[in-house]
Amino acid sequence: MLEPTAPPRKAPLDTRHQVETPEGIDLPLRPAGLMVRAVAFAIDLGIRGLILGVLFIALAFLGKLGMGLGSLLLFAISWWYMVLFEVLRQGRSPGKQWLGLRVVHDDGTPIGWSASLLRNLLRVVDLLPFGYCLGAISCLQYPTFKRLGDIAAGTLVVYSERPLSRPQLPEAEPRRCPVALTLSEQRAVLGFAERQAELSPARVNELAALLAQPLHISAPKAVSELNGIARGLLGPTP
Amino acid sequence: MKQSLFETRHKAEWERFALALERLEHGKDTAQVSAFPKAYRRLCQHLALAQERGYSSFLIDSLQQQVLRGHQQLYRHRSRLGAQIISFILADFPRLVREEWRFVVVASLLFFGSLIGFAVLVYLFPQLIYNLIPAEQVREMQGMYDPVAGHLGRSAERAASEDWVMFGYYVMHNIGIAFQTFASGLLMGVGSGFFLLYNGMIIGAVAGHLSEIGFGQTFWSFVIGHGSFELTAIALAGAAGLKLGWALIAPGRLTRGEALRLAAQKSVLLVCGVMLFLLIAAFIEAYWSSKTSVAPLTKYTVGAALWLAVAVYLLLAGRTHHAPE
Repeated sequence: MLEPTAPPRKAPLDTRHQVETPEGIDLPLRPAGLMVRAVAFAIDLGIRGLILGVLFIALAFLGKLGMGLGSLLLFAISWWYMVLFEVLRQGRSPGKQWLGLRVVHDDGTPIGWSASLLRNLLRVVDLLPFGYCLGAISCLQYPTFKRLGDIAAGTLVVYSERPLSRPQLPEAEPRRCPVALTLSEQRAVLGFAERQAELSPARVNELAALLAQPLHISAPKAVSELNGIARGLLGPTP
Repeated sequence: MKQSLFETRHKAEWERFALALERLEHGKDTAQVSAFPKAYRRLCQHLALAQERGYSSFLIDSLQQQVLRGHQQLYRHRSRLGAQIISFILADFPRLVREEWRFVVVASLLFFGSLIGFAVLVYLFPQLIYNLIPAEQVREMQGMYDPVAGHLGRSAERAASEDWVMFGYYVMHNIGIAFQTFASGLLMGVGSGFFLLYNGMIIGAVAGHLSEIGFGQTFWSFVIGHGSFELTAIALAGAAGLKLGWALIAPGRLTRGEALRLAAQKSVLLVCGVMLFLLIAAFIEAYWSSKTSVAPLTKYTVGAALWLAVAVYLLLAGRTHHAPE
């Protein structure tokens, strides 16, 4: 009888998309949903409209030559705006940058010319029959929120990572946990201590009370006991 | 090892890595770049250790972020643009067209078949044109190719600046049509098929009509030159679209999504070739086809030579294998 060497990984409840790197590390990417992408697109659309408006007014003074240049520009901006921004600015068009999004390949690498061209050419199909209907349907039913262009090009729109600030652990006397903790339990206790500042006192007490019995700690002092265990796990701070 | 000890021990290293990342992301001084892969892999090891030892979420998340950013800097899809463009034009594009000959043949049959078919039909039954194209546009078309008016295309003998206007117009209009023909292939190939038939119908009907009313000389001498590149390009764009659609209809042993992704990688190369063809076509159309000072016979000769050149290029270029550049 073969024993599985590792327990099968359970699919996470959230929408994270795990990418395994050649180093054997799992990188979580957070795909962006329909609404935020629609807003980013609207911003880009506005910017394009503005650029074209200004340029056409400027070119109107050039007469016929201006008209020729204008139609070239219209072509360039309507088909190449997204591609150029995505490739040259690490997957961010201005609208995406504004909302903290970026485009990457499925394997997490920065987007290149062919993938970007493909996903933006196929935008025409996503637009059908009107107002991004196909794109929206595809986006809503796909686990990583891909529109048709994304599926064909193998790309993903994800949230850019924001710098984290170090959370302040609440003061408590470090102590040893009365029962042996598994890794995930250990992380849960540390998470409880790290996130305490974001929670209301009532919620903190409620969560701690849940753990009082299994951890054999006194219920009224459960919060400070848990903080003590977290401090103990973390080790002495310098 | 306790987490705080782990952190204090490696803190300096992580800070150095963060600095190197910052520099790479802004494309600044990349002198220390040779040490980067090693530092990156060490960070990966730290992350794995931190996860394995159940350290706190803050530490793991911030290490993960660093690794993600490092991954973005270290791993790229290979692209050497200059050499690739040249080898694409000289060999890869015609090779790809031959490789996908099934789609190219089907698309050409649809497009040229509908073009020739409607041209003959309209020539034989002149009334038919008014069922296909609105009368107003027919009149406009007649005005453009009227041999008495002594000018060609959309405007009178033009100044250089007007050639520019038309160049811009042709590029935009034609590449727009090509993109449309390609992208609508995603609808199981139906869209591409439709646009191929439709565009063939319009062009064919106009050609048949103008020949029938005796404007043939002005019309054919105008279109034969750039037609070689332009019509071939539309057919190829359709072929690329049909390839997309076929990947959805018959994905073989792959999932539909995967088959589509693989087909799309090739199709987009075809579309790049199409854009190149259309640029050439627009150039010829704006600067050569519209010249009225050239005798029609010269135009026919040059046009035939261009058609021959396109055929020879697509059939023969890149047959010999070079060592990789």
